[in-house]
Amino acid sequence: MARSNPISLRSLISEIGPVDQVGIEERVAKYITRSIKKASKVQALKLAVSMVDLTTLEGKDTPGKVASLCLKALHPHDDPSIPSTAAVCVYPRLVKHAKKLLRGSSVKIASVATAFPSGQAPLATRLSEVRAAVSDGADEIDMVISRGAFLAGELALVQDEIAAVRDACGKTTLKAILETSELETYDNIRAASFLAMRVLRPGDFIKTSTGKTSSNATLGNNQVMLEAIRDFYLETGTEIAMKPAGGIRTAKQAIQFLIAVKETLGDAWLNNAHYRFGASALLNDLVRQLVKEKTGAYQAPYTFSEASGSY
Amino acid sequence: MSRLPITKTPKCFLGGAFIRSESGRVYEHKDSAGAFVCNIPLCTRKDLRNAVEAAAKAGPGWAKRSAYNRGQILYRIAEMLESRADELAAAISLTNPNAAASREVRAAIDRTVHYAGWTDKYESLLGSVNPVSTPHFNFTVMEPMGLIGILAPEESPLLGLLSMILPAITSGNTVIALASHGEPYPSILLGEILAVSDLPGGVVNLLTGTRADILPTMATHAHLRAVYAAANKSERTEIQQGAAEHVKRTVFLPSEKPIDWFADDAQGLYHIRHFLEAKTTWHPVGV
Amino acid sequence: MPAKRPNNPARELLFGDLWEYDPAPETAPAHIAPRYDLFINGQFTAPKSKKWFDSISPGNEQKVSEIALANEVDVNAAFAAASAAFPKWSKASGAERGKYLYRIARLLQDRAREFAVAETIDGGKPIRESRDFDVPVAAAHFFYHAGWADKLAYAAPGRTLAPLGVVGQIIPWNFPLLMLAWKIAPALACGNTIVLKPAETTSVTAMKFCSILQDAGLPPGVLNIVTGAGDTGTNIVHHPAAAKIAFTGSTTIGKFIQRTLAGTDKRITLELGGKAANIVFEDAPIDQAVEGIVNGIFFNQGHVCCAGSRLLVQESVADEVLRKLKMRLRHLRVGDPLDKNTDIGAINSRKQLEKIQELVKSGVSEGAEIHQPACKLPKRGFYFAPTLFSNVSLSHRIAREEIFGPVLSILTFRTPEEAIEKAHNTPYGLSAGVWTDKGSRILKMSTELKAGVVWANTYNKFDPASPFGGYKESGFGREGGKQGLLDYAQIV
Repeated sequence: MARSNPISLRSLISEIGPVDQVGIEERVAKYITRSIKKASKVQALKLAVSMVDLTTLEGKDTPGKVASLCLKALHPHDDPSIPSTAAVCVYPRLVKHAKKLLRGSSVKIASVATAFPSGQAPLATRLSEVRAAVSDGADEIDMVISRGAFLAGELALVQDEIAAVRDACGKTTLKAILETSELETYDNIRAASFLAMRVLRPGDFIKTSTGKTSSNATLGNNQVMLEAIRDFYLETGTEIAMKPAGGIRTAKQAIQFLIAVKETLGDAWLNNAHYRFGASALLNDLVRQLVKEKTGAYQAPYTFSEASGSY
Repeated sequence: MSRLPITKTPKCFLGGAFIRSESGRVYEHKDSAGAFVCNIPLCTRKDLRNAVEAAAKAGPGWAKRSAYNRGQILYRIAEMLESRADELAAAISLTNPNAAASREVRAAIDRTVHYAGWTDKYESLLGSVNPVSTPHFNFTVMEPMGLIGILAPEESPLLGLLSMILPAITSGNTVIALASHGEPYPSILLGEILAVSDLPGGVVNLLTGTRADILPTMATHAHLRAVYAAANKSERTEIQQGAAEHVKRTVFLPSEKPIDWFADDAQGLYHIRHFLEAKTTWHPVGV
Repeated sequence: MPAKRPNNPARELLFGDLWEYDPAPETAPAHIAPRYDLFINGQFTAPKSKKWFDSISPGNEQKVSEIALANEVDVNAAFAAASAAFPKWSKASGAERGKYLYRIARLLQDRAREFAVAETIDGGKPIRESRDFDVPVAAAHFFYHAGWADKLAYAAPGRTLAPLGVVGQIIPWNFPLLMLAWKIAPALACGNTIVLKPAETTSVTAMKFCSILQDAGLPPGVLNIVTGAGDTGTNIVHHPAAAKIAFTGSTTIGKFIQRTLAGTDKRITLELGGKAANIVFEDAPIDQAVEGIVNGIFFNQGHVCCAGSRLLVQESVADEVLRKLKMRLRHLRVGDPLDKNTDIGAINSRKQLEKIQELVKSGVSEGAEIHQPACKLPKRGFYFAPTLFSNVSLSHRIAREEIFGPVLSILTFRTPEEAIEKAHNTPYGLSAGVWTDKGSRILKMSTELKAGVVWANTYNKFDPASPFGGYKESGFGREGGKQGLLDYAQIV
């Protein structure tokens, strides 16, 4: 890998501007006060369904589990007006199993490569994992950036690795996971967003989290990244997509994230080419709320999820 | 023939310099027996205007001095007063032989020392850190108001005047004070003492003359942020009416009743507080 | 110095109607009576004037209620009741007085939604603000001051506090219930009794509040509320039994009160107008600054005395800030105050709307450049689109006069010194804002700015523990905190 000139965090933040923590959290608190009712709620729920990267990332995943995930992604509910999800998201070894079921459908196969979730493997290993997932049929690669390198100040290395993964992806869409909880500060999240966006292609994503740490997507880090995407777009014209992942479990939360998209990036980002939810349980609640809106009756959770038990 | 002594021409202390009234007018100062002592400048609104300019110029620098430094300067004033205590007492006795002149001088010196010790303390008693319920650090500091106009009492020409000046300058305000009309000479001496006390020129500006000349302008001058006056009801009314033009603060010592300048509560923290503005600053607490 | 960020003006974002929020009206009942009498000596009392005037909802111009018009006889009766109640109330132990205030705080919290809806109907502010700000902060003021009532000796080191007597209080229409709380809570904590007059256009929540006083069992006469217009206020100001007049409102009226009371030795506190500078340095967190600017000028339709109505932006980021502000304005929602998604509600009265329109017209004719987002305003009611003016100079009327509406004047500066000079170029001194990432600069600016409140990297924040009030012609006295308490007491 060719090494670029060093990038200092200090000069990067000075270039892109800092973030005030309290200010950004006040901003997103206003999203929570929005009241989304009736037709606008149904529209939002369906939009959210269409944005879900239905995810299973467990050591105990089997081809059978992935098969049922794929079927659910294709047909979240009997109601034909409820769309398919955007994608399923699985480990590389399971891509070929998903491919059998999803070939020819609108549902994409995303795979977490690059020694997910830590990324602590040699670059060559990570790149070969990416190439394997791509050749097995992955439409999208979710990579993790090197947080350790970022925190050690080796920003150019982080960026060069993203570029290397991008090249290994070929035509496959890339999602760069910043793992916001490990970057800790909003300043770092904004800086890492720019670092990634500058080597991503239009339509590639920046993504909050692996879902494997204690804190995942929040309205706060989502907002920081949306604003970074907006500033980058206004500066370059390149449309980068966004994927919050982990921790978004309820329809109500998803709608709050969509409000953030609407009020930060506007209509052009309100589609699944520009915005995704990385989630496993969210789809159940979205469908449950859609049925509630249609029937007027509150629904029991177990109808919508094998995982939620029968209590 | 004995030697004819050199008499001093009384001048007002304004902007750190000694001036005659711009009007060129004076009034006769006589002792208690009615004998001529000297001519006192009869200051007019133009002198007041000049004094305001001088006080405004001195203000920012004085307010920015460290509290410790202001305290040392006030203490230096006390030292200088002490060194001329006899002369001050004589000046008080000149027009008022019944006055407890030495006692007044001692009290004035002690009062100056009292305020010297306040400069670095009032803030921590009157200011605060405020526990607001949002993630902000919120604190209130006490700042000097700016320019303070003072109308000193007729009686206690040294202690009364100093008791009104000191609480204002302790916190970094600058003052323009009109001295007692009937007993102006201690203010002339005070000016000379202040001039050698390390007090920056313009922090204290002392005028002599009549209230009729000074009061209306002092009440309405937009640059003065407060008027502190020992005043009777009609004077208070006129000052307040004038002050309303620019929402000026007023602090009155009603002169209908005699003021006990020697009393403990003629000094202290709450006199300083009259000439402070509370400023509250908010800042987010985040990383 | 940060590099100037590239800024391609041709590129835009589309804030359209792909996904539109449906109307979400707040439906909780406001329980507004068709007619309100005066509240004197613990009872609702018909005015001796035998006159009532209409209170109009600025959101739809419909009549909300009829409000009693108090004349001199009524005001005298209120002062008589307050004077009669004073000896017992002032001698009650602080702990007992505090308990009444705690009760009031709790009862107000119980009925918070009802009061928020009433406030929004009567005054036109968005329900989001009355629900999330006005009413809860009003309750917080009672709770905070309740705790002071038995601790007055701690508020003045070396001394203690004694009540003043009967205080006359006149409050404005921009935060009707909150300003009532700001005035009443410290006065009662210190042992004073009160005659209070709400603003002519916004009396409803004050009168509803009287039922809370009854429920709390506050002794009759401790708090009397008389409604009416300017004459009623004048009667209060002139009343010989008033030991103090506390006023929040325009600088013109404040000066009138100060002049009127000359020679009376009554105490006065005045919280008057402002023309605050909100100063944005190039190293500021720009998006949060933009949010703070928006909150600074469009909060409560700009009907805020401390509104950040003069934006001073460092030249190097002026284009970026203006661009982001314009973008932010496009998704501010103007309309029905009762809609939970409304960001900017109705202008409080036709008179105020006309004043705003007149000043905006002057801005255009004096050569400033106007920016208003395309937004549909309701047909009925008093509405004004959020407005920015760029290319404003200090001599323009819109940079000098308090507009008290959703109108921001944008000026630029190059150096901190220039920013301070421009910020000071006003007779007002209520508040100021500073946005910068540099800590020492914040403290320097805060020290230099002649304003009673300085918001650094935030704006329009209020708290009962935080003193509020102005320098210069923005008035004198403080409300809130230890410092505010001292203005309702004698230090003895």
